[in-house]
Amino acid sequence: MADLEAVIGLEIHVQLATKTKMFCGCELSFGDEPNVHTCPICLAHPGVLPVPNEQAIRYALQIGAALNCEIAPRSIFHRKNYFYPDSPKAYQISQYDIPICGAGRLGEVRIHRAHLEEDAAKMIHVGESGRIHGSGASLVDFNRGGTPLVEIVTEPDLRGAAEAAEWARLLRETVRQLGVSDVNMEEGSLRVDANVSVRPAGSEELGTKTELKNMNSFRFLQRGVEAELARQRELVEAGGTVEQETLHFDPASGTLTSLRSKEEAHDYRYFPEPDLVPLAPTEEMLREAREALPELPVARATRYESMGLESDAAKLLAREPEVAAYFEATCAEAQGVDPRVVANWITGDLTAELRKRDHEEDFTNPTVPPAGVAQLAKLVAEKKISHGSGRKVLAVLVAEGGDPAEIVEREGLAQISDSGQLESIVEAAIAANPDAAEKIKAGNNKAVGAIIGFVMRETKGAADGGEVNRLLNEKLGS
Amino acid sequence: MKDLLDLTALEAHEAMVAGDLGAEEYTAAWREAAAGDELNAYLWRDEGGEEAAAIAVERDCVAPIAVKDIFTTEGVPTTAGSRILEGYRPPYTSTAVRKLLEAGAPVLGKTNMDEFAMGSSNENSAYGPVLNPWDRERVPGGSSGGSAAVVAGGLAPWAIGTDTGGSIRQPAAFCGIVGLKPTYGAISRYGMIAFASSLDQCGPLTRTVSDAALLLGILQGRDPLDSTSVGLEGGVSLPDREDLSGLRFGVPAELGHDEYDSGVRAVFEQTLKRIEALGGEIAEVSLPSSEHGISAYYVIAPAEASSNLARYDGVRYGMRAGGDGDLIEMYETTRSEGFGPEVKRRIMLGTYALSSGYYEAYYGQAQKVRTRIAQDFDGAFSKVDFVVTPTAPSVAFKLGEKTDDPLAMYLNDFFTVPMSLAGIPAISIPAGLAEPEGGGPQLPVGFQIAAPAFAEQRLLDAAYALEQGLSFEARPGGADG
Repeated sequence: MADLEAVIGLEIHVQLATKTKMFCGCELSFGDEPNVHTCPICLAHPGVLPVPNEQAIRYALQIGAALNCEIAPRSIFHRKNYFYPDSPKAYQISQYDIPICGAGRLGEVRIHRAHLEEDAAKMIHVGESGRIHGSGASLVDFNRGGTPLVEIVTEPDLRGAAEAAEWARLLRETVRQLGVSDVNMEEGSLRVDANVSVRPAGSEELGTKTELKNMNSFRFLQRGVEAELARQRELVEAGGTVEQETLHFDPASGTLTSLRSKEEAHDYRYFPEPDLVPLAPTEEMLREAREALPELPVARATRYESMGLESDAAKLLAREPEVAAYFEATCAEAQGVDPRVVANWITGDLTAELRKRDHEEDFTNPTVPPAGVAQLAKLVAEKKISHGSGRKVLAVLVAEGGDPAEIVEREGLAQISDSGQLESIVEAAIAANPDAAEKIKAGNNKAVGAIIGFVMRETKGAADGGEVNRLLNEKLGS
Repeated sequence: MKDLLDLTALEAHEAMVAGDLGAEEYTAAWREAAAGDELNAYLWRDEGGEEAAAIAVERDCVAPIAVKDIFTTEGVPTTAGSRILEGYRPPYTSTAVRKLLEAGAPVLGKTNMDEFAMGSSNENSAYGPVLNPWDRERVPGGSSGGSAAVVAGGLAPWAIGTDTGGSIRQPAAFCGIVGLKPTYGAISRYGMIAFASSLDQCGPLTRTVSDAALLLGILQGRDPLDSTSVGLEGGVSLPDREDLSGLRFGVPAELGHDEYDSGVRAVFEQTLKRIEALGGEIAEVSLPSSEHGISAYYVIAPAEASSNLARYDGVRYGMRAGGDGDLIEMYETTRSEGFGPEVKRRIMLGTYALSSGYYEAYYGQAQKVRTRIAQDFDGAFSKVDFVVTPTAPSVAFKLGEKTDDPLAMYLNDFFTVPMSLAGIPAISIPAGLAEPEGGGPQLPVGFQIAAPAFAEQRLLDAAYALEQGLSFEARPGGADG
């Protein structure tokens, strides 16, 4: 049987950080007393009408611009009908066949659409399980009900769980940098569902998909998708078929449970919302949305690649603006040093050192200013210290701060590249390792390690490796 | 001076503004009259109790008004004629009532209506039927039957109602008063309990066309709380047109003789002659899609209603029944006990019409018919200024006569539904009296005039001229003018 390929699409709900709700004047809130941010409109009293929040529309247009979406000149709100206490009108105002944002792209992934809608209220099921089954009573907190949401739906362009999580991080960063949402997964201001299917590698057809809900971190998203892919692969490889269903991933146990099957799927009876007129953004709104865009991760990564950086390093440095700012400040200070070298210092040794010290990738308030790393990179690039010494200096910088040149001085790390000085040390090394010297002469280059090790010990790692090699070659013809 | 209660709302208003009439005395006289309601027309009356505090006016300078019980009024019971909202006191006031209060029109009371405005006879009220002041064995029409009955029956100087497919015009015709359905969007729907959102429109029920103009002027306007409201540019002035010269009135060619009673036809034809006598011209127009109006209406309105009425679930307000079992059981018990049979019928019709797999065949198709009907009117209005029809196919029928036959009941809307679907304004004015088909004392017949969207001023001017020319002065109780 051909290998099975993973096919993943994501549906991301982004709560917009507007001042008020989508269709009424109630303030948005998180963590307040239940039911204090309510009014006749968001409680769906008889006779009330929705009025769209202009700021939410502007934010949706910014998201559309950031995702390179086609913007509909006239998009339509629809009613999605269903009975549940979290939906006081018993319908959600959403968009259906003509969403505000149509086809677009973010990085490698095509966007199918992005539309505006309102969030449901929050249900609290009293009882041990915390779920509706088996609870003695259910309480409804309408504070969240009516919060503006943009739902972003991707095409099924992702091919693995890690890739899905990585792309979701890129999306979150992109939206965060627009300043239109808190994008906090734990608080639910960013919620990711995944549509998962498998198919024979190379096939163009899509397999039957399942929908995974409730993955409230990127780690859980990755684990949930991994678990579901494993389940589907096992099923298909054993000759079974995947059933369309909605699944709940429990991160604690790593298990998937079915919420509802295709047969139990709701008929939402969508129809155009008669209380609202078509949404027709003005030229001014469209222009403002485009002009409000900061440089976003994807564009920044492209720019870094044009500076010579490898794609992975470029993406890594470009994703978060704090890291990007650090990188660019360092490059500016390290005049004459190849940006690729600067990138390596930041993505490699500096990130590793920061992690070790629990300042996990904190580039907002770094103990080492960009100037410090720049100076260090320059010392190495100009061969004033060896690369190995550079790493030592960096460790000291992260731990204690200070001036790289002073640290070099203090620790005696200045690179010895004076041939005269090095020559005597190399000669001593040969003398101390006669066996190795014989082997090198006989053409066994593996033995060179012992001699170089001696030189490095003697010089505390400050010897210029290139010069040492040249001298050895000269003396032993290796 | 006339008896206080004989003044039209406009006359009273002018007398109050001039200082010739004490507002307190005038309003008190109407409160007393309203207290004598024997028609089951009021569901609640302002008797000066605590509830009334929220609807107090700063100054009485406009005639007190009866308000259909579909308009939310803070602190005042608002039921929409339904058991499911029994005891409900809204936490806010509708824009229409707020505008009335700001204009200085005290609310006399809330009027009975068909449940959630679904009906053409007022027999669908959970609080019992309203009786027609002309003949208490007959219906006042619906759904704004209470509002029509109080105006015709001398229980209020004027009233507001709502019209979705004829719910202002048909009861106005049955009760011998003026009823105006404005252009969709002329008056805010905020706080007007929704039946079919794309069709519902607030409007006046009055004794005269001038009163309707005065009331429309108060009510109209764009409301930031209603995205679909636009108001009437330039407002509304009192009509003063004296003849109809230069105006063309189109009679639909499709208006066969089978659709309506001979008595109604006689009055309709007399009225056309009167139009010509006033200098107007009668022409034939074609509205080929109108015959499908009822079918389209009874898909679109129930579809929207099925969604609009889904919020009555017993969770947050109003009636709750059951709930000892589980959530679904509470929903089912509350809605089974809270809604009447006609409401349930329409919820089921609408739910079906919107269901996956049926949507295009029903809702989609009905919307196409709606577009065609609007196009028909556009075509007609390129040739004539107004389209005229009888308002209803018959005079007021007997209580219980049509309750077992929903389709016969639905056909009452035959002449009024097309204008609702097209969103255009239409007025019904009393044009004469006719004997019911089965015989009996004469009853009022309404004449409907429809105009292009937002042409309310022209419509009122023409209706006023015709009203003067017809000088219909009959009143309930046999006083034959």
